Amino acid sequence: MDARLTSEQLHLRDAAARLAGHLGPGSVHDLDDADRIARLEKAVEATGWRALRSDGASAVEAAIVAEEFGRGLVDVPFAGPLLADDLRRRLGVDAGPCTIAVGAEATDARGLRRALVVRHNQVLAGGIGEVVPGADLTRRNAELLDPLEPLGELPPDSLERWSALALVVTCADLLGAARGAQAVAVDYARLRQQYGRAIGTYQAVSHPLAEGRALIEGSVSVLRHAAWAVDELPAAEAVRAARIAKVYCARAARTICETAVQVHGGIGNTWECIVHVHLRRVLASTDLFPVRLEEIDLGFS
Amino acid sequence: MDFRDSAEEAAFRGRFRGWLGEFADRWPGQAQWHRALHTAGFFGLSWPREYGGQALPSVYDVILDEELARALAPPRPSVGYLVQGIGRHGGEDLRRRFLPGLIDGTERWCQGFSEPGAGSDLASLTTSATRDGDHYVINGHKIWTSYSDVADWCLLLARTDPAAPRHRGLTAFVVSMHQAGIEQRPLRMMNGVTTEFGQVLFDAATAPVEQMVGAPGEGWALAMTIVGHEREPAELGYSARYGKLVRDLVSRAGPAVPAELAWAAVQTEMLRLHVRRRLSERLDGVAHGPEGSLDKLLMTWVEQSVGHAALAIGGTRDPDLLGAYLYSRAQSVMGGTSQIQKNIIASRILGLGA
Repeated sequence: MDARLTSEQLHLRDAAARLAGHLGPGSVHDLDDADRIARLEKAVEATGWRALRSDGASAVEAAIVAEEFGRGLVDVPFAGPLLADDLRRRLGVDAGPCTIAVGAEATDARGLRRALVVRHNQVLAGGIGEVVPGADLTRRNAELLDPLEPLGELPPDSLERWSALALVVTCADLLGAARGAQAVAVDYARLRQQYGRAIGTYQAVSHPLAEGRALIEGSVSVLRHAAWAVDELPAAEAVRAARIAKVYCARAARTICETAVQVHGGIGNTWECIVHVHLRRVLASTDLFPVRLEEIDLGFS
Repeated sequence: MDFRDSAEEAAFRGRFRGWLGEFADRWPGQAQWHRALHTAGFFGLSWPREYGGQALPSVYDVILDEELARALAPPRPSVGYLVQGIGRHGGEDLRRRFLPGLIDGTERWCQGFSEPGAGSDLASLTTSATRDGDHYVINGHKIWTSYSDVADWCLLLARTDPAAPRHRGLTAFVVSMHQAGIEQRPLRMMNGVTTEFGQVLFDAATAPVEQMVGAPGEGWALAMTIVGHEREPAELGYSARYGKLVRDLVSRAGPAVPAELAWAAVQTEMLRLHVRRRLSERLDGVAHGPEGSLDKLLMTWVEQSVGHAALAIGGTRDPDLLGAYLYSRAQSVMGGTSQIQKNIIASRILGLGA
């Protein structure tokens, strides 16, 4: 029994964090910087991480990159193409650059023209149309256009594992986004002065931030197991582990982001304060492959 | 990374599961349980062999706790923090004299730290230990002393140098509970239980000089070692206790599971996996630091969510479940309040200053 990341996984995490820190948006203003986004797109494409799964990487590595990209608010597609790549790998087909769709909406679709959608056990491909407005300021949803072309059928085990991966990757993304918000809020609490001292020295401010850190630690633990489980446990157990992780991390992440807004005071409620970008990303990743508490199988192995 | 058991771990798990099966759900009381676990080689797994441990990696404790929860057995005895305190601060003679009996359960212990006037501010304690020839004379009043009524020994924190700055004047002693200068007063907790927490009054009680733990003035360092371990769910094996109660509640709930119970089950699973991660990190030799406060907060939230689930299932009519709920309120106080844990996290992990 060993829950530690390997040294290769630690290197991957550092590399993803560096890329996101260097080219991700550092401010709300940066979200409109087309040059930055073009450079980010080129850099992410060059890593090959969107094809991690067909390159043989585990779901743990996929989750590592998703978490760091969430933390750095990476605003070019990652989770969508990664999940599409996993579908292609399972079917043994090549579909070119694409993302995934859920229902009638393609997700994480910036700059992409094609999306894969899973209906029952069928994988279909379709074109991408107009942008659909959504909460997330870092990723775009768009219409999935008919007609859809059938690409193949997923066996039940494969479908369950893909579902577990989808839960894990969106869970990693929202945990990363919450970690980013927490870091911004802790920095602000160190700098912002009221009554002649930093607000972070007041327990009324520091205690919610301390709670946020504990929630992050618990989230990391439950997510890591779920990510490992995708490829290593029987498919039904992998889905159960992923649901538990997503329910826990989504609640934790929303609380952490709400604290981050509160710590910023009035500024935290303005468009220019970046923490709402984190909060919006958390909400969007919670909604994408959502899990309700009632869906958790309470049977114990 | 592999969350599965290795071949050795799986063999150990199988042996332990088989051993638990022999009890056929008739579990002995606390003291007998401790001795039974130890005699069978299932207690003190990660501690040195010379003191009665098994010298196994810490992850074996995870296996033990998971199997205890699965069998709905009592948790393992929580003496790890005393073992760490005496093991790290006591000299070799003291370790050889006291660790084997503590680990094998033949001698029972309590911990005399808190006082009526010294709770969160432990360093303000006033119980005194004054040297008189070959022994120290102890006067003072301790409170929240778990299982003091059945203890043979007390690990006591007392002031030996009233002139020193308050953190530096403290020293730890092993004090016999079987002597005239000690008076016990049980505390009745809000769940009605009188056998867990006590008050202990020391009126010219004595301890021989050789039962001083570490050097004079080392008491604060020892106290920090102890509370650091006392905070850790990995050290306490509590995730098993919560798992046991959640299983019991699920079996009573029927098909309509209240949201409180589902959330308690999710949190309990989180804590189980968190303990796995923490104990895995010890394979790197990661020291116990302020992270223990993060773990204590998580553990507290889990216990209190399980308490709410107990209330949701049993209402106020089931005395055991009501008792479990009422007891859960103590978790955010004992071993350092949640407010103290948040202060430690804020200053030592987040760097927010005081």
